[in-house]
Amino acid sequence: MLVVGSLSDLTDDVRHLRLVDPGGAALPAYAPGSHVVLECGVGPDGLPRRNAYSLTGSGVEPDSYALSVRRDDTGRGGSRWIHALSLGDSVEVSRPRSAFAPVSTARHHVLVAGGIGVTPILSHARAAVRWGRSFEVHYVFRGGDGPHLDDLINLCGNSLQTYRGSSELWSTLAPALLDRPLGTHLYTCGPAPLIDEVHDRARAAGWPPQRIHHEHFGIAALEPGTAFTVRLRSTGADVEVPSGTSLLDALEQHGVAVPNLCRQGVCGECRVPVAAGAVAHRDLYLTEDEKAAGDCVMPCVSRAEGPRLELEL
Amino acid sequence: MSTATDSRVATFPFPFAHDTYRYSTNVEPAGGRVVTAAGGWGEHVVDVDERYLTELAERDRILAADPTRFQALPHMEIAQWDAMLAIMRSLSASYPRTMSLERDGGLWRWTNHALDLEQAFVHGERATLPEPPLRFIGRQIQEDVVLLDQREGQLWGDAGLVTFAADWSLRFDVGMSFLQIHGPVPRIHTEGVITRAQSFLMRLESGQQFRRTNWTLTVDGRLDTSTETYPEWGRDRRTLADGPLAEVGERLHLRVEVQHLIRLGASGAIMFLVRTHMLPFTDIALVPAWAQRLHSVLSELPDDMAEYKGITRIRQPGIDWLADCRTRSGS
Repeated sequence: MLVVGSLSDLTDDVRHLRLVDPGGAALPAYAPGSHVVLECGVGPDGLPRRNAYSLTGSGVEPDSYALSVRRDDTGRGGSRWIHALSLGDSVEVSRPRSAFAPVSTARHHVLVAGGIGVTPILSHARAAVRWGRSFEVHYVFRGGDGPHLDDLINLCGNSLQTYRGSSELWSTLAPALLDRPLGTHLYTCGPAPLIDEVHDRARAAGWPPQRIHHEHFGIAALEPGTAFTVRLRSTGADVEVPSGTSLLDALEQHGVAVPNLCRQGVCGECRVPVAAGAVAHRDLYLTEDEKAAGDCVMPCVSRAEGPRLELEL
Repeated sequence: MSTATDSRVATFPFPFAHDTYRYSTNVEPAGGRVVTAAGGWGEHVVDVDERYLTELAERDRILAADPTRFQALPHMEIAQWDAMLAIMRSLSASYPRTMSLERDGGLWRWTNHALDLEQAFVHGERATLPEPPLRFIGRQIQEDVVLLDQREGQLWGDAGLVTFAADWSLRFDVGMSFLQIHGPVPRIHTEGVITRAQSFLMRLESGQQFRRTNWTLTVDGRLDTSTETYPEWGRDRRTLADGPLAEVGERLHLRVEVQHLIRLGASGAIMFLVRTHMLPFTDIALVPAWAQRLHSVLSELPDDMAEYKGITRIRQPGIDWLADCRTRSGS
């Protein structure tokens, strides 16, 4: 758990927060482009709302996790919840997860940001300056100044180009895609149409897909899943598995010992035979055939597909 | 039994949970104590024991004779700094009386009283350290280190300091992918062990630490059994196999690697720490449950796995010695 250490408004609808350890401890370093998952209050379904936000720092020995959140009045409420936070408020924050890291062997980095998609690009730019990497930033935004524009100007100097719309962007970026050195990597974060267009134009210009990167949220965190009931065949006992609790945790809390090691669906140690019911497999251990057979489950990560599951335990 | 032997046996990470052995992705979260029949191990990620100075002297001797035991591709600079800080943090947390890491703004100060060493440095500034960061800290720990870069959906072994390799060569492997490095290991590819291990490692989050063990047999307790020095130690297997059975107990060692896998921060690299522990069969025999289990594992081990571990010649003498020992003790 972290607390809000500072707050500022970057634009009319973008708020910047620094989250710090309540005891002042250092936070784990992270790769540029990493995101954290915040618990943003509780949704109408009674489940915690979890939103992923990019960290804007370089990732080197951070004393805070900084993130910028655009208020979305039509969204599920997570961004509004964050905009209502005050100094000192507590926030549940995951470890940083890296899904959009700079490629260490790249000769040059072309960074493209659209609107609030600037956040991981800023992180890349900070790290690129910190470590002396060759890079350039193309930043497109509408109306007023884009969030973090000042930061990018200070960081990048001549390596920054800004645009007020798509046609301006492409008049510069399209030729750029044709003449950057071999070994350049391309990174985009912004609205889906921007990501798609950068991808398509880069492919058409002959970029190999391994050198085209974009930010995608939402794959790193396992969903908490819905609640279900599991019956133990040996005793006939029913064990409730609430949302957000793993089947393994629920069994252990019920006093059922299941041998286990990694608790991440990898090692295969906690495999349990299934007597009845459908399994939602989420592990990396079982083969496709084994999963299809449906006669066993890795309870550390997998859950029931329906309301009930019966185990040979 | 001497105190030194006592402590070596008590802290030995005996690796076998069953009477047979197969490769598996046997990873578990790091840091928990594992209780064995003779004691326990596992509290510290970077482990300093009574052989600290001896093993560091051995590492320095090997490194001076063959500087290629340290390898770092140019893009691993950030990972080297990450690794150095992570190791310093681990040491100072585990051994606060002898090791400390302090930070004053941009200036860091590392103190290692065990080596009477103090070093101030600025993170990322090469000129503030006497040698590359990974080499600097690698010469202060008993663990071998390999750093894996993550890119293009794979892991790549792009840096390391390895002087105590069990029959492999960092210089040969550096720059290879995780799958290429493990190419020669029998069975694991059809069983999917390596691809699963790689998926697991690639999903580790910043700061997460896991561990596993691996094992083989080594003659005369020699730490440096790398490919580079094969001409020096290869014949030991023959002299053991051809020599008297009575000598096997002192000469043949169970070699266990405690391996830690740690996701580093700013580089996003994976740090692979390998700590080598060795115990002669005579000491294994002090713990009857271990002697019995080792006898059964060695007897059952399939030939291809024995061949890959390089123990084809020496496992039978080991089995015979353990059987003989059991007869002598009358059980």
